[in-house]
Amino acid sequence: MSIDFLKMTALELAKKIQCGEIKVRDAVDAVYNSIDNYDSTYNCYISTCKEQAYKKADEVQAKIDSGNIASPLAGVPVSVKDNICTKGITTTCASKILENFKPTYNATVVERMEAADMIIVGKLNMDEFAMGSTTETSHFGATNNPWDINRVPGGSSGGAAASVAASEAVISLGSDTGGSVRQPCSFCGVTGLKPTYGSVSRYGLVAFASSLDPNGPVAKDVADCAALFEIISGKDAKDGTSMEFPKFDFSKVLDGDVKGKKIGIPSDYLGEGISPDVKDAILNAANELQKLGATVEEFPMPIVKYAIPTYYIIACAEACSNLSRYDGVKYGYSSPVAENLKETYIKSRSEGFGMEVKRRIMLGNFVLSSGYYDAYYKKALQAKKLIQASFFEAFEKYDMLLGPVAPTTALKKGESLSDPLKMYLGDIYTVMINIAGLPAVCVPCGFDSNNLPIGLQLIGKPFDETTIMQTALGFQKATDFVKNPELIKGAAK
Amino acid sequence: MNYEMTLGLEVHTELSTNTKIFCNCTTEFGGDPNTHVCEVCSGMPGTLPLLNRSVVDYAIKTGLATNCSITQYNKFDRKNYFYPDLPKAYQISQLYLPICQTGYVEINSADGSTKKVRIKEIHMEEDAGKLIHDPWEDCTLVDYNRCGVPLLEIVSEPDLCSAEEAIEYLEKLKAILEYTGVSDCKMQEGSLRADINLSVRPVGQAELGVRTEMKNMNSFKAISRAIESESKRQIELLEEGKRVVQETRRWDDNKGMSYAMRSKEDAHDYKYFPEPDLPPIEISDAHIEDIRGTLPELPEQKKQRYMNELGLPEYDTGILTNSVHLVALFEKTAEICGNPKDAANWIMVELMKLLNDSGTLPENISFDDSSLGKIIVMLAKGKITRDTAKKVFAKVFAENIDPEQYVKDNNLAVMTDNTAIKSTIEQVLADNQKSVDEYKGGKAQALQYLIGQSMRALRGQAPAQEVTKILKEILG
Amino acid sequence: MQIGSELVSYLEALGRIELSDDERVKCEKDLQDILSYIDTLNELDTSNVEPLSHSFPVTNVFHEDEVKTSADRELLLSNAPHQKDGCFKVPKTVE
Repeated sequence: MSIDFLKMTALELAKKIQCGEIKVRDAVDAVYNSIDNYDSTYNCYISTCKEQAYKKADEVQAKIDSGNIASPLAGVPVSVKDNICTKGITTTCASKILENFKPTYNATVVERMEAADMIIVGKLNMDEFAMGSTTETSHFGATNNPWDINRVPGGSSGGAAASVAASEAVISLGSDTGGSVRQPCSFCGVTGLKPTYGSVSRYGLVAFASSLDPNGPVAKDVADCAALFEIISGKDAKDGTSMEFPKFDFSKVLDGDVKGKKIGIPSDYLGEGISPDVKDAILNAANELQKLGATVEEFPMPIVKYAIPTYYIIACAEACSNLSRYDGVKYGYSSPVAENLKETYIKSRSEGFGMEVKRRIMLGNFVLSSGYYDAYYKKALQAKKLIQASFFEAFEKYDMLLGPVAPTTALKKGESLSDPLKMYLGDIYTVMINIAGLPAVCVPCGFDSNNLPIGLQLIGKPFDETTIMQTALGFQKATDFVKNPELIKGAAK
Repeated sequence: MNYEMTLGLEVHTELSTNTKIFCNCTTEFGGDPNTHVCEVCSGMPGTLPLLNRSVVDYAIKTGLATNCSITQYNKFDRKNYFYPDLPKAYQISQLYLPICQTGYVEINSADGSTKKVRIKEIHMEEDAGKLIHDPWEDCTLVDYNRCGVPLLEIVSEPDLCSAEEAIEYLEKLKAILEYTGVSDCKMQEGSLRADINLSVRPVGQAELGVRTEMKNMNSFKAISRAIESESKRQIELLEEGKRVVQETRRWDDNKGMSYAMRSKEDAHDYKYFPEPDLPPIEISDAHIEDIRGTLPELPEQKKQRYMNELGLPEYDTGILTNSVHLVALFEKTAEICGNPKDAANWIMVELMKLLNDSGTLPENISFDDSSLGKIIVMLAKGKITRDTAKKVFAKVFAENIDPEQYVKDNNLAVMTDNTAIKSTIEQVLADNQKSVDEYKGGKAQALQYLIGQSMRALRGQAPAQEVTKILKEILG
Repeated sequence: MQIGSELVSYLEALGRIELSDDERVKCEKDLQDILSYIDTLNELDTSNVEPLSHSFPVTNVFHEDEVKTSADRELLLSNAPHQKDGCFKVPKTVE
């Protein structure tokens, strides 16, 4: 049964495809069959691109048949968050304002995946313009958590995490501006990586907050994430903020050696606001890591308190500027009732954007407006410096930091939408990492009393994805938290 | 009451790099709409800017040529506003750390002394697209070809006091930009435009008056007229006891008047913040010196050298050195004919006349740059008369003919064959027996008549002295 | 920081957005809550701290001044809501 292919990891599937046991077309069929069966329940996908996918599948099959394959993920179907530009394939950012937009070019990450002979099969649901933590602000309806369809999968890369969890995707690519890969991974019990800022090209990622946005892989396990990271990362001449960095050591990751690693837990992460189940899971994970040979200890990091204000000021400011180009003139939705230029702008944007986007645009305009710039935006950039310095200080003592990803497990649907501030506060553990530009990997580390997944994150030094993924893989090998939701009561079939 | 004017100019110049400031599209002028555009300069979602190396170098060069200090660590900022010619809805510019600061350009003041017009700053930014108003349908068409063309904005302090000073400052600045090669300064193509900031105040008052702004002026004549008109308008308002409103006005050169533009709401809140997509620029001392080494002799230096070494008069050298095109022609001509004074004279008199009569700008001179030199050499050698030389030059100017070939083909050379001259004169004498007899009879004017007739017959190709000599020889 | 309805209207204008009356009322409350929370940043002592724009020190990233072929115009206009004569079309702009 081809859907069983989707129980394998991407690397396992790739091996079977590359040795001829499974045909590329069959792997692609498996994904589309799964989508046909399950997506009406989970709503992970905004669109699929069957024509292009099968065409590419045939090309890659021909290469495999003639022995011309080099990439470890060649032949593997991959699903991509709908804010990543795919040439000729609609890229909507889950917004009405880009509902029919077809980019005229491919994002660099897409070019790299295609050059590695991966097959893009579909575009994944997300919060509108990546603004949100629940994938409920999507113009195309909310995505449901495969562990409990009355709960959110997290956001904004909800589609990316839910599709892997529900076996509607083999591996996917999301984006993480303030936790948008890690938090859905935590809520959906899958593995995800937020890479160091500048290690993965942003060219073709529809911008939300330019100084915070990278793309990140979402997969069943650390090895898959590492394999995809290796393919998409590296300096890109088209992205002025992308950087050269020491080569990522994939084989080192695979040895999963945790011995001798010095791990710190910011005690402010375990303070007020965290649910007891999550706290227990993190402390258990700490024990586990110690058993594997690491030293783990808590340390104070009081600046955690200022993470959310700093993040929201910077993110909303950059976002309101980045979203100004959606004006009904060059692409996207243009209001049919506009009678003059002013109305073209106002009506297209008011009718095209959802409420969360509008709120953040207004907040962004506020913090940038003259008179408030110094008190808010400039202040936030100063706080950013202090936050980064705080991490660098910790890294003098520790190789990496350990912490929860979210204060709770997956929330019920509708809970967050009416109280935006409450939703923002849920980002408290993740946004700091984006502000500092650091890498972080999220792996499942437990379940709460409702059998909902809990994730931990390991935060690394700049460009040190190798060390955190090596540790995460070691943790994953020694524990058994990677599970399929269909085994758990409540997941629909 | 007497009033004095205070003027500041913001000059925008399009740089003559091959590619746009943030992408590799061509900067070539014209072209079918939207054919010099890519996903970056049209603001497609997900695209990112990448800075053109040459733009930085041109900016440094311009700063050095205008005595500025170079801001060695500088960066870009976003200027946010909504208008259809701005695809990203923000312009990438430099507010907080412009690349050049505190320079100056020297001009001659009304009383003959030199005056330093201070430059506050020079910064890099991108140009916007073009809006075409559709005459048939009630709509506007947008062309992004010009979007992303690199601009330098040169901001002066309000040190100018009259239209004359403003024009002189602009001419000097234009010359500097042309000499350094950073811009072709073709005002009719929009590669040099100025915004005028003007206020008036009673003479003796320390506080400056309220200023108005007139934007995107692209001809010196219009600028001059606009300044005169606006200062008059402001003075009239004040004399009537009214107040000048701080606003942007549009100058209509056809009507010879300005009118207030409809103010855009929140026009002044550009929400500037540092551009996160572009890393900062760090310029080393060594790089600045490298660029300094590429600076050519600048207009002021060249003017002094022409005066000192070549003994040319100040007024002439002023006009000459204001145009890089005239200088190029002058230097080539002087090289060929070996006589700089002659070369300067021909350019200042004959060429200027031809330019003015035909309304041609020096940058549009289309004849071969060695032609004038060749004409002067022919004249100096006595091969052609001065009259002929002027006529040939006019032909060169209009049709770019080869002067030496033209003289040959049309038999315009001075006749050197005395035998031929003599036989023509003998023919004239034969046809004018009456005058010959009168001359021999003592009438001196008859000789003049015969000289005139001979010159005519020779079509001016024999020098008058030679003709007279031969006539006298024959007549005895 | 107090948010009033006038400020909300100004922010709408800055962002070229128009809220419905109901949305505006809710938005005023939401923005007030959010801004009050954000104001806690004032407690952080940032005197003498240099604002950090870019996370890591990168400088001098350039493209070379060599012309590359521009995009195909038809492709460029393929997403345009309104076009005419090879241009994007908008309602008449007023000076």
